[in-house]
Amino acid sequence: MRDIACADIVRTVKQLFMDANFLLGDDMLAALEKGRADEASPVGKDVFDQLLENARLAREEKIPICQDCGYALVFVEMGQETHIVGGDFTEAINEGVRQAYQEGYLRKSVCHPFTRRNTGDNTPAIIYLDMVPGDSFRITAVPKGGGSENMSKLFMLPPSAGLQGAKQRVIETVRDAGPNPCPPTVVGVGIGGTFEQCALQAKKALLRPVGKPNPDPELDALEKGWLAELNKLGVGPQGLGGTVTSMALHIRMLPCHIASFPVAVNIQCHAARHKEAEL
Amino acid sequence: MTSTYRFTTPLQDEDVAQLRAGDKVLLSGVIYTARDAAHKRLIDLIEKGEPLPMEIKGQVIYYVGPSPARPGRAIGAAGPTTSYRMDPYAPTLMAKGLKAMIGKGKRAPEVIEAMTRYKAVYLAATGGAGALMSQAIKEASILAYEDLGPEAIWRLVVNDLPAIVVNDTLGNDLYVEGVEKYRQAS
Repeated sequence: MRDIACADIVRTVKQLFMDANFLLGDDMLAALEKGRADEASPVGKDVFDQLLENARLAREEKIPICQDCGYALVFVEMGQETHIVGGDFTEAINEGVRQAYQEGYLRKSVCHPFTRRNTGDNTPAIIYLDMVPGDSFRITAVPKGGGSENMSKLFMLPPSAGLQGAKQRVIETVRDAGPNPCPPTVVGVGIGGTFEQCALQAKKALLRPVGKPNPDPELDALEKGWLAELNKLGVGPQGLGGTVTSMALHIRMLPCHIASFPVAVNIQCHAARHKEAEL
Repeated sequence: MTSTYRFTTPLQDEDVAQLRAGDKVLLSGVIYTARDAAHKRLIDLIEKGEPLPMEIKGQVIYYVGPSPARPGRAIGAAGPTTSYRMDPYAPTLMAKGLKAMIGKGKRAPEVIEAMTRYKAVYLAATGGAGALMSQAIKEASILAYEDLGPEAIWRLVVNDLPAIVVNDTLGNDLYVEGVEKYRQAS
């Protein structure tokens, strides 16, 4: 058994959310550079220039990449040989979020759904806990923006829809979202599982670094084919017209019920922010 | 051919009438922020016949909820939020003299129609470029509804705030025209 101190969880979560909001990942910087080179529209190229300049300013001046500093999602992979000591696991994560958003001058974007009253500290975090073998303890912090989340969809398709039906729903979702989710986007697709697991797979698909191929060759081929279709839509950077609507499409698959064929599309704006740390 | 225009607020009818979808605009002067919650309160005031917290005639509303300013800075990140959430309220404000809205994303047909009727325009700023947009904002102070937190109405003094015309006073829509130009058969 390895002890994991709650104080270390607080400190790590705080640092990860600050880093995620100020430091766009190298994978996304490379994707923006590639997008600028690939984009045919002059207006679209301007958008890529602005996004690269924005990332530089955010990094150097410690200004958030986007004013929507996101809902705080926390993915924890907890080794079964670890033991949490010195406090409450959930509260430690919320405290890390609270400190990051307060001390990092990040926008608090969480409110009561009816009264719309802001919770004031960007809590509660949404926490996903996976138990894994060994004594590792890994935290991934994801500030998820509202604009792209609002354009995301879940379809409970009949099995007869097949892969063609799934592809059609993905394309329609991105087409109908148009400029709203801040393209160029990263598109996470979940296929299979149950209603809620399908959506979670789509979310987890967004965590894979852009540019890293899907380890499953069948899914890798689907990703490349579907991404090419998205980039024929003409939506382009910021929806102003262009040839780079999405920079990546990632798929995660699970077995599903014999009666079901769930497909989830989770759209992520170009500010695809996530940071990981091992404790 | 698109053009670039420089304007200082308040805007006149002839300023916005010459703009066409695709033109670039650099805005200077005082503009106001408002998101959904603030819009709802503004419309409630209009319906009750009460005065608004700011003069709306000739004005520009920027759909933004900025992140907090670090000490020594005017504002934090300040890029546009998605505009459709303000669609139910926008025509009423245009009827009161609002001349331009800055945001990102598509507008409803009735909002586009109201722009032609009241001579107003919709401008897009680059969504997700919050750090970059903040550079054009020189002063920021809360004007109303501080209790709304990031959704309060701010009075901003901007210098060459960059935006692109999406909907003009003739009913043109860059989101439709731009996409048509680059769409390929699948």
